[in-house]
Amino acid sequence: MANTLAEKYAERIQHHLSKYPDKRSAVMPLLYIAQEEYGWLSPQGIEEVAELCDMDPTQVKSIAGFYTMYREQPKGKFWLHVCTDLPCALKGAETFYADLLAHLGIEDGGTTEDGTFTVEHVMCLAACDRAPMLQCNFHFHEHLDMDKMRELLDQWRKEAEAYANKDV
Amino acid sequence: MNIIFREKDIPNIREFDVYVKHDGYKAFEKALRMKPIDVINEVKASNLRGRGGAGFPTGVKWSFIPQSEPIKYVVVNADESETGTFKDRQIMENNPHQLIEGALIAAWAIQATAVYIYLRGEFWDIAHALDKHIEDARQAGYVGENIKGSGWSCEVYTHLGAGAYICGEESALLNSLEGKLGQPRVRPPFPAQKGGGLYSEPTVVNNVETLANVPFIIMNGADEYKKIGTEQSTGTKIFCVSGHVNNPGNFEFPMGEITFRQLIFDHAGGIPDGKQIKAILPSGGSGPIVPATDEILDTPLTYEDLQKHGTILGSASIIILDETVDITWAASKMTKFFKHESCGKCTPCREGTYWLDKVLDRILRGEGKPSDVDLINNIAANMQGVTLCALGDFAANPILATIKHFPNDFMAHVGGELKAAGD
Ligand SMILES: Cc1cc2nc3c(=O)[nH]c(=O)nc-3n(C[C@H](O)[C@H](O)[C@H](O)COP(=O)(O)O)c2cc1C
Ligand code: SF4
Ligand code: FES
Repeated sequence: MANTLAEKYAERIQHHLSKYPDKRSAVMPLLYIAQEEYGWLSPQGIEEVAELCDMDPTQVKSIAGFYTMYREQPKGKFWLHVCTDLPCALKGAETFYADLLAHLGIEDGGTTEDGTFTVEHVMCLAACDRAPMLQCNFHFHEHLDMDKMRELLDQWRKEAEAYANKDV
Repeated sequence: MNIIFREKDIPNIREFDVYVKHDGYKAFEKALRMKPIDVINEVKASNLRGRGGAGFPTGVKWSFIPQSEPIKYVVVNADESETGTFKDRQIMENNPHQLIEGALIAAWAIQATAVYIYLRGEFWDIAHALDKHIEDARQAGYVGENIKGSGWSCEVYTHLGAGAYICGEESALLNSLEGKLGQPRVRPPFPAQKGGGLYSEPTVVNNVETLANVPFIIMNGADEYKKIGTEQSTGTKIFCVSGHVNNPGNFEFPMGEITFRQLIFDHAGGIPDGKQIKAILPSGGSGPIVPATDEILDTPLTYEDLQKHGTILGSASIIILDETVDITWAASKMTKFFKHESCGKCTPCREGTYWLDKVLDRILRGEGKPSDVDLINNIAANMQGVTLCALGDFAANPILATIKHFPNDFMAHVGGELKAAGD
């Protein structure tokens, strides 16, 4: 079986493998690369990472399942992690989160029908002084309110459309 | 006084050139001219204590490393996942070279072959910026082969976690870095010992803020450093203030120089909307809560003074709760955190957090009985001191303290007899 990751991301993979005396240590950075390629950790992605790190696919799968930032199922293009932990909650994050879910018409952990957004609540993201806040894919957005949120959602919808059109 | 947040005095100190212009990497060059053992002794003499939560003396930790072993590591704990903590992030964003320099001095002191900086996965952007800063230091000859002609070689790498609070616990962090499940290890052997560290090699694990203190100590000497702070709490500390204050943020002060009252009202802007302060969580979700009495508010912020009042300074993530907060709700929030983050390896922690959460939810729904409060006390007491890592205690201690200090907040939900406040 061809290893798509090995071919497409050779340089980055080599960089990570070279950082550690043991290939197995590269499993986390390589899982991020697989997720980037496939959008989630598909069986194919898990197999390829396992081969690159000299590991058993079931071991790789259990690593992926241990952490919250790996996607074990396909999710929305934009993955929103809203912090509702204690300090943020004291600054209105729970209300903000409820408003956001109502606005998108989904439940906690749900994905919008068009597949653009998946929204989850998470624990402290080390930005408690800038609540309410969220992480979208890999970036933080802070000092939020619903006005700012609507603007961001519009912007992300446009990005998702542009991306979809490019694909065709 | 800013030893760590030097960006307040020197704009753009994050850039290599600016850092170097302001004596950056001079401490590292000085260390390279010292014997490694003398570097360790200087840090020991400074009484620097670990800023990651436990407050263990840093120089003593370094001295545990067996020098005869050929392969040794320094691991920087940049997992920063404790509820209410956001200081290491500011250090890495604004003064990253001071962390890199501190880590390199630690590496020289124990003659390490590599430094790994383990960042929580959410610090994606910070890690990529850090890679660039490390590259700048490498270009100038501070990282890599035969550093500044010393004959000693050392690499510095970043490693991103992927969202798991438990990976901040040092032995779980090492497992995670090795590509294993991020669960704590049985100790001994401790990380500093052969068999206990990264890839079984002797390893020093230090917090970001701890290492960022080291260049000052080497540059100015332990005696100068000890002039800052108190005898038992030397140096400055970064206080992360969040929750019900007008001006949340990080504040760096010499330990013992200010009290809770000064920190909260003079620096963090006081309580919003003219409300009264009710309680303080001095160490995020993992340390005992204290009621905001005058006695507590006038306590100087040091390790020893907080301990006298039955709580801990920990990583100094200070969460402020105003009079509107139902402490039962706060206890439930903290419990949900630990239930979510328990790695599940030991039964008292896994089951205890599950049951605490269930009973607290029941109480908050108004379906609890007075005996449920005793039940919570019992569950929490049975989690103390019996788990593989401190998370079990972290989950139990705050609950016990909330009930001790705010029994009425619980009784109000279960229709029990009200006790006199503060009992
Ligand atoms: C559950 C748990 C979580 C922890 N999380 C962190 C963390 O996020 N950052 C940190 O520096 N230390 C954390 N620690 C403490 C580390 O285990 C370790 O004591 C610390 O990194 C040592 O560095 P220091 O001596 O410089 O403080 C945690 C400990 C436990 C038990
Ligand atoms: S105390 Fe909890 S988090 Fe720590 S090892 Fe046991 S189950 Fe895991
Ligand atoms: S509680 Fe939300 S970022 Fe810390």
